[in-house]
Amino acid sequence: MPDTAAPARAKPRLRPGDRVFSGSALAAGTLILAILAGVAAFLIIESVPVVTTDPKDINILDGQPFWSYVAPLVFGTLWSSAIALLMAVPVSIGIALFISHYAPRRLAQGLGYIIDLLAAVPSVVFGLWGGNVLAPAIQPLYSWLTEHLGWIPLFAGPASGTGRTILTASIVLAVMVLPIITALCREVFLQTPVLHEEAALALGATRWEMIRTAVLPFGRPGIISASMLGLGRALGETMAVAMVLSSSGGITLALLTSSNPGTIAANIALRFAEAFGTNINLLIATGLILFAITLVVNMIARWIIGRRREFSGAN
Amino acid sequence: MAASWPSRPTRHCSAERRYAGGVNRPRLAVARAVIGAVAAGVAVTTILSGCAVNELAVTSNSKLSGTIFGDGASSQRAAQDAWIAAFQIAHPRATVEYDPVGSGSGRDAFQAGAIDFTGSDRPFTIEELASGTFASCRSGSPIIELPAYVSPIAIVFHLDGIDRLNLDATTIARIFNGQVQRWDDPEIADQNPGVTLPSILISAVHRSDDSGVTENFTQYLHEAAPNEWSWEPAGTWPIPGGEAAQGTAGVATAVANGHGTIGYVDGSQARGRPSVAVKVEDGYVPYSSAAAAAVVDASPLETGRTAGDLVIAIDRKGAGSGTYPVVLVSYLIGCEHYADPVQGKLVREYFDWIVSDTAQKTAEESAGSAPLPPAFAAQARAVVAGIR
Repeated sequence: MPDTAAPARAKPRLRPGDRVFSGSALAAGTLILAILAGVAAFLIIESVPVVTTDPKDINILDGQPFWSYVAPLVFGTLWSSAIALLMAVPVSIGIALFISHYAPRRLAQGLGYIIDLLAAVPSVVFGLWGGNVLAPAIQPLYSWLTEHLGWIPLFAGPASGTGRTILTASIVLAVMVLPIITALCREVFLQTPVLHEEAALALGATRWEMIRTAVLPFGRPGIISASMLGLGRALGETMAVAMVLSSSGGITLALLTSSNPGTIAANIALRFAEAFGTNINLLIATGLILFAITLVVNMIARWIIGRRREFSGAN
Repeated sequence: MAASWPSRPTRHCSAERRYAGGVNRPRLAVARAVIGAVAAGVAVTTILSGCAVNELAVTSNSKLSGTIFGDGASSQRAAQDAWIAAFQIAHPRATVEYDPVGSGSGRDAFQAGAIDFTGSDRPFTIEELASGTFASCRSGSPIIELPAYVSPIAIVFHLDGIDRLNLDATTIARIFNGQVQRWDDPEIADQNPGVTLPSILISAVHRSDDSGVTENFTQYLHEAAPNEWSWEPAGTWPIPGGEAAQGTAGVATAVANGHGTIGYVDGSQARGRPSVAVKVEDGYVPYSSAAAAAVVDASPLETGRTAGDLVIAIDRKGAGSGTYPVVLVSYLIGCEHYADPVQGKLVREYFDWIVSDTAQKTAEESAGSAPLPPAFAAQARAVVAGIR
């Protein structure tokens, strides 16, 4: 009868490779925390003068309090990213499903590469395209919408003469976040257990019903985290927004006028070149707000994913 | 830049070559290649950084040596780049650095003594001069301000089939403050008989970034149309709302690509685009560097300043027919007596070069600016000669 008890083994010998690897992994893990803490500390320390200085002494504020300056920017950041996500997520899921479940294998591979290629396009190029090609091309549509559907608050007139509105900026942002969301969704959909899919088909489900009952529920946390990654990019996007958006107004829901709220990142880029003295601190303080927003967004995403743990790939 | 050097320089500074030795196992070939590339990169960098322009043996007999730093207006960037390149060819041992960080930063840094000179889209006000101190200057020394960079600001628009419009200051102000909203408004039509104006909305495009062009344009509106434009001149657009675009190039493309758009851009960006002829006295004057130089020529110096403080009180209401009043005047600011005479000598030579006819011509070619009128240039040269 074999001895079932595990033989008392000596502690495994630690080879140098193990030590180096665990050491460098630990260092990498600590480094990211240290960098984050360093960034947060920098933002907070540099923001202090904004609280202690009289708003009248900060040129950019022009006498108004900090919060009324930053409120339209926060709104513009969230609003443009939300619209972008609203457009990008359904399209991304569609593309990902097409690649994972509909397209012939060879086409799927090629399409995957092309989508990934989109992610490699620099944001300046998207900015140029959005401002010089998309905006003039889409402007007649904006005029039509304000004329015929102007009673809807979103489409309130007058339409911008250049088409460089928050909707255009959101479309550009949507195109920019598309590859990230698509790539992640595709990977998640491919992980769906084949048994689930086959079971659904065996019960008489059509392909769409199979996707609805097996693939989508399984992939939901993946879709959410992909969207949040996309949202992260949209919130922080600077150059494309600065080049496309005509940012000059306060908080408004109108999508098609010249007066749009700016975004925090684009505003920093636009103002920083000529900023001096406490103006720089002011801009860094708005950066701190953006930092906090992204943190909150990510925490919400984690919470949503955590709540639906039962669907995650772990089981 | 290298191509414009007069003679091919011989490098007399050497760079130590480094080899990544001791790594020769075949499976580390890739790593070795990477390390080798890095080492080569280090060597190249050493050659480049070790051989700055002033260390090259160029055949020039100039004894001038040293380095001066300037921060300031980004509007002067193109002109400063051209001036510095030519200056350093003539004086191979001298280095001038100009960092276009913005007028406000430049003035602050100059007062703090961090830099030797600054470029600014507005001069120091008399109050600032009275209360402020300048750490680079010898105590008690006044500063000098020279209008070294003058550029017309063109008001460009885009309307199908129209390439010139006549407008007076009041109408321009009312267009940009939103009171005149359509192109066929009688106020515009009355000034442009024979032009068929479309009945479309006006989209007035302004700069979304902080800029000296905006500051000078709003100053024009404020002085030439005070009833319509009550806002004080500022680098950021004072009115909330409206169409905004980034940079002069951003405004130019937004205007060109839009429908019924109008905007203001630096003269260098306006070539070949339809632009507004501005009413001055009884005539309408299109923008040009000659007309911009004429308004500087016809405007008096601001009174109440020291002899070296050449601040032009641009007469924006009309300094005589043929002058174009919408101009950007950017100043070159330095000390009359530097705390360090070596720096003073270098600044004097550099400023003397900038106010020379050749340098002004260079700036006109590279940046589209207006050359200083001869009378002014002579005055500026006299001031520069006094820098110690």
